[in-house]
Amino acid sequence: MTLPFAMTAPFRIAPLSVIEHATRLVFAQVVQQHPDLFDRLGEHADKRYAFVPTDLPVGFLVEPSARRISVHRKPHLPVAQACMGGKLVLLLALLEGQIDGDAVFFSRSLTITGDMEAMLALRNALDDCNIDLPADIARMSGPFAPLVRRAAAEIRTRALSREAATWN
Amino acid sequence: MELICPAGTPAAFREAVDAGADAVYCGFRDETNARNFPGLNFSRDELKTAIAYARQRKVMTFVAINTFMRAGQEKLWHDAVDDAVRLGADALILADFGLMAYTAERHPEQRLHVSVQASASNADAVKFLVETFGAKRVVLPRILTIPDIARLARQISCEIEVFVFGGLCVMAEGRCSLSSYATGKSPNMHGVCSPASHVRYREDGSELVSELGDYTINRFPAGEAAGYPTLCKGRFDIAEERGYAFEDPVSLDVMDHIDALRDAGVGALKIEGRQRGKAYVAEVVSIMRRAVAANADERPALLSRLRRLSEGQKTTSGAYEKRWR
Repeated sequence: MTLPFAMTAPFRIAPLSVIEHATRLVFAQVVQQHPDLFDRLGEHADKRYAFVPTDLPVGFLVEPSARRISVHRKPHLPVAQACMGGKLVLLLALLEGQIDGDAVFFSRSLTITGDMEAMLALRNALDDCNIDLPADIARMSGPFAPLVRRAAAEIRTRALSREAATWN
Repeated sequence: MELICPAGTPAAFREAVDAGADAVYCGFRDETNARNFPGLNFSRDELKTAIAYARQRKVMTFVAINTFMRAGQEKLWHDAVDDAVRLGADALILADFGLMAYTAERHPEQRLHVSVQASASNADAVKFLVETFGAKRVVLPRILTIPDIARLARQISCEIEVFVFGGLCVMAEGRCSLSSYATGKSPNMHGVCSPASHVRYREDGSELVSELGDYTINRFPAGEAAGYPTLCKGRFDIAEERGYAFEDPVSLDVMDHIDALRDAGVGALKIEGRQRGKAYVAEVVSIMRRAVAANADERPALLSRLRRLSEGQKTTSGAYEKRWR
């Protein structure tokens, strides 16, 4: 299962600067809503984390201590201490703690390379934060917030139910 | 029977409570508990909030302080006990006899449970802990058959808790030195088995290779479910065969035997998995809650959903249904 084409198409056709700007807006919103997000990282907050969706032409680099995210076209991904790869829908589900990272890893739907300790710390920090992307994105949508939240939540539900079926 | 559920984070704790746990067990964010993984566990303030959340819903909180004290650094463990008592833990899960003695002397009213890490597996050992430290419950090592448990139950006066689902260790709980041999750190002394700092996964062609320290643990061909990078689950060349020397990468699942365990004298069923995410905790606890209440013939359909969450995506009844002797 992948996310609807309408959601992934911008990553394929839009200029990188536009993708990065939009990504940074969402990231800032998540950090604002969850100020304790990176507290559990401890010494690992200074490391660089790469998230590489296998179904998109771009990858994301997160630097927790700087509260910064950047977007890079494949294969020109910068060096990171820890890297996680998988379908975008899985990476987003892990971000929200909607699925169990170990179970997905056992199923080989997810790859983790580099500093395992750092990635484990980040996984646990994210898992504790109750991030709700539809709600966070909706907060940026002004009067359309209820509509955006409903639509995003519906997409998430459908994507995850189909994805879960593939690792059964 | 009580359902004792794991929580590695406050979010997982709330999920366990809401999903139907009778008690949730957790630990402090340091070496005093056997799941001392990065980003996991509770600060004192988080535990205080969690205990209040559970108590409002009539759920108990057990605090695992189940590693072994190091000489000269006992204060870390003593402080953990003092703080867990002060914060209102319903029971402390302890493995170190010295720490049990400290707890019994300083906090005689505190309920004390014997951790699986204490490896108390016979009547003499359990009786000693009950009589000497006032232990109210023993968590049995996963080395006994159900008839063994029934025989033991007739000889001891404390409650019995057993693991029924989740990760499975080799049959030397509290005494396993495999992780220490490979990395210098062990679950018994540092709270970490196969610490993530020593783990590496890499792709080699179509194979996924897991490494721990200087050791290759396993090579998983394409399509084969992966497992934890622990030596006990390693696949090695032995003589002319390649195979699992200690145990297969599978998880424990003895929920098919709930009725037999109850008849044997077991009063509490424990789910392993403080290192797992809140999604795992919510799903496993919810299914187990329904399974405990269900008739025997209804359980298989409920429990079949759990296998995909397991290590290696396979489960075993382990020693509870020992067939190799």
